[in-house]
Amino acid sequence: MSIRTSQPSLGSEHSPDSPLSIHAMTVAYERRPVLWDIDLDITPGSLVGVIGPNGAGKSTLIKAALDLVPKLSGEVQVFGRPYREQRQHVAYVPQRESVDWDFPVTVLDVVCMGLYHTLGLFRPVNRRIRDRGMQALTQVGLSDFANRQIAQLSGGQQQRTFLARALVQDAALHLMDEPFAGVDAATEQTIVSLLRDLQSRGRTTVVIHHDLQTASEYFDHVLLLNTRVVAFGPTKEVFTPENLEATYGGKLTLLDQASQALAGHAQGVGR
Amino acid sequence: MTDWNLFFDGWIIAIAATCAVACTLPGCFLVLRRMSLMGDAISHAVLPGIAVGFLLSGSRSNGIMFAGAIIAGFFTAFFSQWLRRFGRVDEGAAMGVVFTTLFALGLLLIVQGADSVDLDPSCVLYGALELAPLDLVTLPFTGGLRVPRAFMMLMIVLLVNLVILISLFKTFRIAAFDPSQAAAQRMRPDLAHHLLMAMTAITTVAAFEAVGSIIVVAMIVVPAVIARLFVHRLGSMLLVAAMVGVAAAAAGHYTAVELPHLVGYGSVPTSGMIAVIGGLMLLASIMVNPRQGVIPRFLRRWRFRMQTTREDLLALAWRLEERGTAPTATILSQDLMSARRVSRLETRWSLRRLVDAGAFESQGETLRLSDSGRRDARDLVRSHRLWEAWLTRTIGLAPDHVHDTAMRLEHVTDEAMRERLASETGAPEEDPHGRSIPD
Repeated sequence: MSIRTSQPSLGSEHSPDSPLSIHAMTVAYERRPVLWDIDLDITPGSLVGVIGPNGAGKSTLIKAALDLVPKLSGEVQVFGRPYREQRQHVAYVPQRESVDWDFPVTVLDVVCMGLYHTLGLFRPVNRRIRDRGMQALTQVGLSDFANRQIAQLSGGQQQRTFLARALVQDAALHLMDEPFAGVDAATEQTIVSLLRDLQSRGRTTVVIHHDLQTASEYFDHVLLLNTRVVAFGPTKEVFTPENLEATYGGKLTLLDQASQALAGHAQGVGR
Repeated sequence: MTDWNLFFDGWIIAIAATCAVACTLPGCFLVLRRMSLMGDAISHAVLPGIAVGFLLSGSRSNGIMFAGAIIAGFFTAFFSQWLRRFGRVDEGAAMGVVFTTLFALGLLLIVQGADSVDLDPSCVLYGALELAPLDLVTLPFTGGLRVPRAFMMLMIVLLVNLVILISLFKTFRIAAFDPSQAAAQRMRPDLAHHLLMAMTAITTVAAFEAVGSIIVVAMIVVPAVIARLFVHRLGSMLLVAAMVGVAAAAAGHYTAVELPHLVGYGSVPTSGMIAVIGGLMLLASIMVNPRQGVIPRFLRRWRFRMQTTREDLLALAWRLEERGTAPTATILSQDLMSARRVSRLETRWSLRRLVDAGAFESQGETLRLSDSGRRDARDLVRSHRLWEAWLTRTIGLAPDHVHDTAMRLEHVTDEAMRERLASETGAPEEDPHGRSIPD
């Protein structure tokens, strides 16, 4: 049972201008806590990497913030107001495997889905929506693929399609679940420059990331997560061997570190 | 030849086609959401609803029975979803449990309570499509136009489905493709889901009496699966599925009447035959569809094989000329047949095609390579010997182990690849067997 009020009595910890402010959030699946007492204030305009071992609750953090999984307790505010009032400011990029890529839709159809909420319940997709969809596809370098069925795309192109669907929403806050998973080197570079571009335009982005090798290069803030927040702050201060050790439960031996890096590369090269 | 009656057969086909189209509309979405069995489940599980409605009212074909069926239909959809979520049972198993239980309950109720009356369980499965044109009603606002009641019912259901899908098309699309994105955008995926269950329940119930649940089950799944093989977009999928449904209805009725006569039997039920025709259409689609079809795939492989044979013959001729032997049809086919498994017929036919294409000029027994034939042959031999050089130098294979691999690779090697092979092997003059590499 959660009580939602627009002015929580204990909400004084919420920073009103934070793009994403999570307070005392706990999430459990079948009584097993997946996230425990999460407190976070994302700095406006930052590019945040969320890092932690498998099962650390990284995806759940984003899904719970977006009300896609139920919370046991806690509150989420987006720019100082409850998320449900602020949906139009948030764009979500789910994991690529979360959908059926054999579905009969074209690349442009998928991108236009990012703008469905701007249309009334009964209004069909119109020219304005399609034009904006094409612009977003051009941004990710897929304009030539607009009328292809999504099954004909490579893994990297599918990921860029999802990014275009987020870009088209022109949101202030982007939440991305493993956008670098299983993409080719060219797509990885495209995504990195898109993230930088978003940041240069003052947008805030939270990215779940699995590759420790590139994390410090890509992100100016990192959130080290393992059920609890182990450490959160500017990458230079937080991304230390001691904190990583604590995040990976002391199990991150040299061998683990190497295989973590290898797994990242294998996924980057695979497919 | 049977006597065809325009009135009867026309209405039978019209009713079956309307039913098929009404079913394909929710069917496409059920198939895309991997819930194809829902039609099957609902069409069986409505039986207790019908039975209770019948026992309460004491007659067939009335509102109470229809309402009972629809309630049972909703209950199936709702309860199997509930089992899946809270009982952690897999979707197919949840539907299976719910509908078999309800169907059995319905059978018990009918046998126990409706013994004295004309409610026949088999009627629910197979329907009475052939009798449907006899039960006419007068359409309002048409000046006394009389149509079969089943047709009117199914047409209403079809139109309701159509209006719901057209007006909420984008909600249905995003909810089927990516429910979490739909939820994040407040696109009400739950609304699409419940409406889909409602459409399935109403369509199934409306159809079962006139045409039997066998058509419903078939027409919900089969046209959608066929359409999906051929089209790239949701709108076209719905359209193609509807056309497949109409075609199956017409072909099914025609076959049901005509086919048994050819082998000396009376006609068989149309509804059963429509489902059979649907299955055959699906089989044919899997064979011929251009993307993953069995036959196109076979043709592509066959064409590649024939091309390989022709190229091998060209390369053999080049090697013969290199050794100073004049190639003849006999030598070439013997050489090829000793090199790999290939029939004499295929070899002869390939040689003839090469002569027709101008790659060989025949001078009596001798087959001389023409200029264009020699160019192609030289490229192939060059590819072959470069591959042998690359495989021995770069991979480190023994020179006597590389011939077979090179023989396969030479057929897929283009000019750019040859350039790279040459540069990576240091542009050798000779292959590992000491034969010169042509350039």
